[in-house]
This record gives sequence, structure tokens and C-alpha cells, in this order.
Amino acid sequence: MAGFLLKRLLNYIALTSVATVLGYLLISATLNPEARFLGRNPPVPQAAIDTALNRLGANPDVPLLVRLGNWVTHLVTTGSLGVSTRGTEVTADIFARSGTSLRLLIIGTVLGAVIGVLIGVWGAVRQYRASDQVTTYASFVVFATPTFVIAVVLMILATGLNGAAGTQLINFTGEYTPGLQGGFFTQLGDRLIHLLLPTITLTLIAVASYSRYQRSAMLDVMSADYIRTARSKGRTRGTAMFRHGVRVALIPMSTFFAYSFGLVLTGASVTELAFSWHGMGEYLIQSIGNNDINAGAGTILFTAILVLISGTLADFLYAALDPRVRV
Amino acid sequence: MTSIDPTTTTVDTDADSAASAPADTRHGVLRRTFSAKRAWIGAIVLALITLWAFVGPLLAPFNATDSDVLAFGAPPGNGHWFGTNDIGQDIYAQTLVGLQKSIIIGLIAGPLATLIAGFVGAIAGYFGGVVDRVIVWVIDLLLVIPSFFILVLISPVFKQLSWVALVILIAVFSWMVMARVVRGQTMSLRERDFVKAARYMGVKPFTIIRRHIIPNVASLLIIDATLGVGAAIIFESTLSYFGFGIQTPDVSLGSLLAGYSGAAVTRPWLFLLPAATLVATVLATSLLGDAFRDAIDPTSGANRD
Repeated sequence: MAGFLLKRLLNYIALTSVATVLGYLLISATLNPEARFLGRNPPVPQAAIDTALNRLGANPDVPLLVRLGNWVTHLVTTGSLGVSTRGTEVTADIFARSGTSLRLLIIGTVLGAVIGVLIGVWGAVRQYRASDQVTTYASFVVFATPTFVIAVVLMILATGLNGAAGTQLINFTGEYTPGLQGGFFTQLGDRLIHLLLPTITLTLIAVASYSRYQRSAMLDVMSADYIRTARSKGRTRGTAMFRHGVRVALIPMSTFFAYSFGLVLTGASVTELAFSWHGMGEYLIQSIGNNDINAGAGTILFTAILVLISGTLADFLYAALDPRVRV
Repeated sequence: MTSIDPTTTTVDTDADSAASAPADTRHGVLRRTFSAKRAWIGAIVLALITLWAFVGPLLAPFNATDSDVLAFGAPPGNGHWFGTNDIGQDIYAQTLVGLQKSIIIGLIAGPLATLIAGFVGAIAGYFGGVVDRVIVWVIDLLLVIPSFFILVLISPVFKQLSWVALVILIAVFSWMVMARVVRGQTMSLRERDFVKAARYMGVKPFTIIRRHIIPNVASLLIIDATLGVGAAIIFESTLSYFGFGIQTPDVSLGSLLAGYSGAAVTRPWLFLLPAATLVATVLATSLLGDAFRDAIDPTSGANRD
């Protein structure tokens, strides 16, 4: 099992590295840091532009591969992703912002996976009954709704609720209320309320897709011989389903989890942006606007590492669930 | 593409029955698809929405750009069925213009992604060995960075091009998962007798892929293309919502919604009615696609690779 996991991990590390390098090249090809200095009045002297671009490691006179080499060497030797166009360290920026993104991402993924799996199993066990029909159509509607529409609809509903209550029950702009006075619990409560709508948005998306896959994986399992064997041994329908069925049905889910992580990641960035959180999604979009190569490449590396972690977690889950891997 | 024949199914264990009775199978798939109520709902709603998008503007009392000076920011009613914006432009007319573009984008990008998935997946599965490993690795690589991020990163380039470039790029970054599924199917198909026979007769690999592999995964491809239409519409609208997709003067539902999301809380009709149109369109394609899936593929849903 260790061999299997190690092999997969090495593959993921190779993928991450190649993706980051390609990402750097892609961003260097599309962004033009020099544009920030051109067309200004009074004109910026060429020497000043060159100095600034050299500091960013983005001088177009230096061949692209040399710039890439410098960036990679710098990253490997010092762990630094370079300087952003605003003069800050990209690594520090990412550390400051990743907490915001990760909090939303982790809560949304965990809630989504747990609720999704439960609804999926429930739907499969009660196939074609009313509850199954309702969850099926509900997930279709969620699938058909872009994330930003879910976010805005929730905002409209929350505003309606606030209006009906006559007080600001649900705050949904940003991560916390700026300048809020109060102790630890006031601050915590404020943050939790701000977390409410983004979490609902992301969880809805995750639940919709996980529950569909879990339902169909579970339906495949329910007619399997070993369920019948377990039943004939004297297990009740419930324990046969849970002890033997759900466990097997979760195996394909672990692969799906790794595949769908990119989707959840996109959903999380869109959610962040829709609710004006200062997370990694905003960082990426700002890096495009600022023609900031280092910040963009840093975001790519961050994303790739998240995908690496989620893929490795999925492999662990797979190995833990599937006895055949353990030999 | 005449050889793509949606008549045979991948799940048939008996190759002969699929090959000898194409007419029956075709009839069977359609009959089974449309025995589901949601297939009818999906197909009819989709047809109506398409008709509405392209014929509706001719019958609408206002066009998308004129200002009605008597109705600034008016709620729905009074000739403006979806209300008007701040400068009196008719939201109903704007929604239809955006809907046209969204439908066109979905209808091109979805099937195009499926086409790529079909060929790449079939090549990987059929040739195996080094080709397979390289393709699978490339697929995994493309899955490392979410497509949305990649398109955001290259948006400075395609923003200057026409919307067709955007459509092609959406397709280019949406085929990966399906290609893996096709690859898996192809790997089992290539061991089947009719493919072996063709190979031993000296038929060229690409001819075998075109004549024997692709028709046998056609059902999967049809499902994917149908679902892909909705997925492409959502992808485009998300990109456009954040300003990375369709650029003015072109309008899609995504860019329309982007303009009105700021006012959504105070004047919900500006946002909700175009958004509902978008959701209805995508929902119709996914109902139809899902009914196809159930009719064709008994192992539907699970992502088995």
C-alpha cells in the first residue's frame, strides 16, 4: 500500500511541477508588465522601467527561459515566489490570503461531501420514491445554476429577510465587519454570520454533484452478490447496506472526489469573488489586471498544491476503503 | 463524420446484435429516452427557448438598445415584460439577445469538446503503450489547474479576438474527463472480435477508430455532447460575469447578468429574470442529456475509469 501511495504522490509532484512551469510560461506570454509604465505622463524613463522590470524578474529583454530558470531557482533556494508589482512578497501575500480561501474551501468540501454522500445513499435506498425524486430534481436545478447566480439569489433572499426583520440579521459582504467593536465572541459571531451565505453556496454545489455520484455508485452496489450474501448470513437490510454497501460505493467516490476538486475550487473562487472576500480568487483576478506575472504564477502553484493534496487524500481514502490495494 | 452512427451501444455485451440490427437499436434508444417524462420536458423546453430566443425579438415591442423615457428602472409590466434598467432599456429584449449568444456558444462548444474527447480518448485507448501514457499524463496535467483559472489567465489574449476564440477555448479545456471515459471503453472494445478481425484484415488504425470504435462509443458521446451544451453555457456565463468572457458589443446572458448584479438586491427583476432564463435553458439540456444517459447506459452516472 505504501508503494502505491508513494508512486501516486511522486506522479502528483511531477504533475504539479510541470503545471507550475507551464503556468509561468503561459502567464509570461499573456501578461505584459511593461504596459504598467507605458503611456504615462510624464513618461517614465526607460532605465527606470528596466530597473523595475528586473526587480520583478520580468524584463522582456531577458529570454523567457532564463527568466523561468531564475524564478524556479529563486523558488527552490529561498522559497520565495518573487515580488509582486505592488512591491510586496508574493509568498507573504499568498499566506495572508490563503487562510480566507482555505476556510471556505475546507468547510464547503467537508459539508458537501458528508451531506452529499448521505443524500446519495438515501436516494439510492429509496429509489424512485418521492424523496428521491425531490433530491434528484433539486440537484438538477443546482447543476443548471451558475455559482454566481446562487450567490446573488441568496443575497436577495437575505436582504429580504433583513428587511422583514427590520434589522441587519445576515451580513454577507466581505469576511467580517470592518471596525467592529467588541470582544472575541462578538468578532467570532460576526465572522460566522459572514461565513453563512458563502458556505451555503459552496455546499449546495458540492452536495448536488456528490449526491448524484454517490446515488449511482450505491445503486450499482445494491444488487451485488455480496449484499445478498450478507443478507443471507442474517444481516438486516440496514446493516448490510451500510457495512457492505456504502463502503464499496465510496471507492469510486474517492476517485470522483479528486476529479471534482477542480470544480469545487473554481466554485470556491467564484463564491469568494461574489461575496467580496479577499481570497485567492481575487488575487488571481487582480494579478491579471495588474499584469503581475509573479502573483499569477504563485496562484497557479498554490492551486496545483491544493490539487496535489486533495489527490493524495483521495488516494489514502481509496487505499483505506479498498482492501485490494493493501496487499 | 458520416460514420458516427448513434445506433450501437457500448454496453451491449453481444456485438452481433448491435451490428446486425442498427435500425431496431436506434428506435429502441429513442423510444427508451422519450419514455421518460423529463426527456419530453427537456426537449420541448429547449426547442421553445431556442425558438423564443430567435423569433421572440421580432415580436417584442421594444428593442435591446432603445431607451423608453417614460419608464426608467420600471418593474415588469406595462409593455416591458421583464422591466427596464436605469436608462429605460427593455430587459426582455436584452435577455433575448444575450440568450441567442449563450445558446450559440453552448451548441458549438459542447459538441466540439465531445469531438475532441472522442478522438483523443479513442486514440489513447486503441494504441495503448506510450501513446496512452502520454495522453493520460496530458489529461492529468490539464486537470491540475482548473480550466476556469487557465481561461482567466489567457483572457488578455482572447479578449482582443472575437467571441469565436472564446468558444473554441472553452471546448479545448472541457474534454478531459470524457476522454478518460472514452479511453476506458476503447480499451475493452479493442479486444472485441469485430475490432480484432478488422485489425487482422489490415485495416488502418485510424480507419478502425473511425468505423468501429467511435460508432460504438457514440452513445456516450451523445450524452456528453448534450450535457456539454449546458456546461459550456454555464462556463461562458461565469467567465463573462467576471469580465473575462464575451466582450462588448457582444452580449451573452453572463455579461448581461454581470451588469445587473449590483442592482440585484434593490431591483431584483434586473437580475432574476435573465438568470431564470439561463437556468431554464441549462436545465432543459441536462434533463434531455440525463434521459439519454438512462436510456443508453445502465451504468449511468458512476465515473468508472
